[in-house]
Amino acid sequence: MSVPRYWRETKYRYRLIGQMCAQCGGVNFPRSGVCSACGSADLEEAKLAETGHVVSWTVVRNPPADYTVYAPYLVALVELDDGVRLLTQLVDIEPIKMKTGMRVEAAFRRVKVDGDSGIIEYGYKFRPLIE
Amino acid sequence: MRAVAVAGVGLTKVSEHWEKGLKELFTDAAHKAFEDAGTKEIDALYIANMGAPILQEQMHLGAMLADALGMRGVPALSVGAASASGGVAFHEGVKAVASGFADCVLVGGVEKMSDGLPEDVLSVLAMAEDQEYTAYTGVTNTGLNALIHRNYMETYGATAEEIAMFAVRGHEHAVGSKHSQYPFKVAIDRVLASPMEADPIHMLECSGVGDGAAAVVLMPADKAPEGVEVAAMSVATGPYYLAGRKDILTFDAVKTAAERAYKTAGVTPEEVDLVEVHDETTIAGVVSLEDLGFVEKGKGAAFVADGCTLRGGEVPTNTFGGLKARGHPLGATGLYQVGEVALQLQGRAGPCQVEGARVGLAESLGGLGSTCAVTILRRS
Repeated sequence: MSVPRYWRETKYRYRLIGQMCAQCGGVNFPRSGVCSACGSADLEEAKLAETGHVVSWTVVRNPPADYTVYAPYLVALVELDDGVRLLTQLVDIEPIKMKTGMRVEAAFRRVKVDGDSGIIEYGYKFRPLIE
Repeated sequence: MRAVAVAGVGLTKVSEHWEKGLKELFTDAAHKAFEDAGTKEIDALYIANMGAPILQEQMHLGAMLADALGMRGVPALSVGAASASGGVAFHEGVKAVASGFADCVLVGGVEKMSDGLPEDVLSVLAMAEDQEYTAYTGVTNTGLNALIHRNYMETYGATAEEIAMFAVRGHEHAVGSKHSQYPFKVAIDRVLASPMEADPIHMLECSGVGDGAAAVVLMPADKAPEGVEVAAMSVATGPYYLAGRKDILTFDAVKTAAERAYKTAGVTPEEVDLVEVHDETTIAGVVSLEDLGFVEKGKGAAFVADGCTLRGGEVPTNTFGGLKARGHPLGATGLYQVGEVALQLQGRAGPCQVEGARVGLAESLGGLGSTCAVTILRRS
């Protein structure tokens, strides 16, 4: 991945930032040209919740190129406590312990490494929430 | 707008064609379609493809394949809508003939997946999704399907076996088909004993890797009396992100495209005699049948398990095996589907024939149901 392309997304990937619509209060994640609920272009950046629950999950056993060294890994559809849904890897848990509905929280992790001389990419992953 | 007919069909066998490249595969299918139509005097060429820029490092397929056919001079372009490229390219070809802009068009899909390593093919498939926030998680196309699969079971109480029966039915239908990749039966026990690809989806619930090309010749219906009428075709897009969908068990694009197509053709789902759906996994096939209106939401898996999608059943589905058993050469798949429906309506489906079929429907999906092309063909 090129450096500018990576840099462009860092704020959003590192800190879970989406957009809130000034017209209807709807939240986009990832950011987009218009509000996904009402179509308004009057959008402001907004911090998303960092905790939520698992709506559905899978274990990727045959991964795409760049991810082969991490397999198998968990991927989940998570609904944050503010209602926003996102796709994420789940870490710090074995597949056998997974349950739909379990509480999770955001963590900052390495995502992949671009060869021997490329950049090391980071972003959010989620892990079980210890309450 | 004038009526358009599929005047010729050419299908290569889906297989691992180690000795053939994009040009050989494509010209094989095109020559068969020309022979079938009795003409090769085309005035436009549409190519459907998904992976060539990555798997063959090849772009500009329009000029390359027009040249390979010895047809320098014709306008040619490739149409890209991920694995719905075939259905969308067909849509473009029909528009050209219906509008009077062209009198004879070849729409051909070609894909050569066996040139890529398995992980490269998975990367190509994931390119149908957003690279920054979906593919970035490392999820595969099958992984996305798996999120739906698990949610479907937990929401509706469908069993793993009921859903997996979609693959068994496809293989049953492929027996005897000359162009299908895996024309043999597979027992449900084998499907459920196959390794997990992305839990809870087993390997034998997924379409495989194959090379293939499929082509159709389109002409005005009054100039192709032996052809099959295009009663309707419709393309719709839906929410791009799975995470952005309130209901992940419905493909909005399928519902939108299907509603438009039924309206244009003046038919209801009950009047459709056979259907080709995009079963990239078993659950995608089940959800497709529901969103096309053939069975109520949540009851699709039981519908399949009960035998309703068999050749003699209520809704004969994937009559040459579908993506699972006929094969899924990405960009070409939508044109295999349309070609198969045409063969059925003309009574040329051989051992796969659905008796007395008059109306058939094909559904082509790009990404996880974010593009859908629906085509309805009718025998006049």
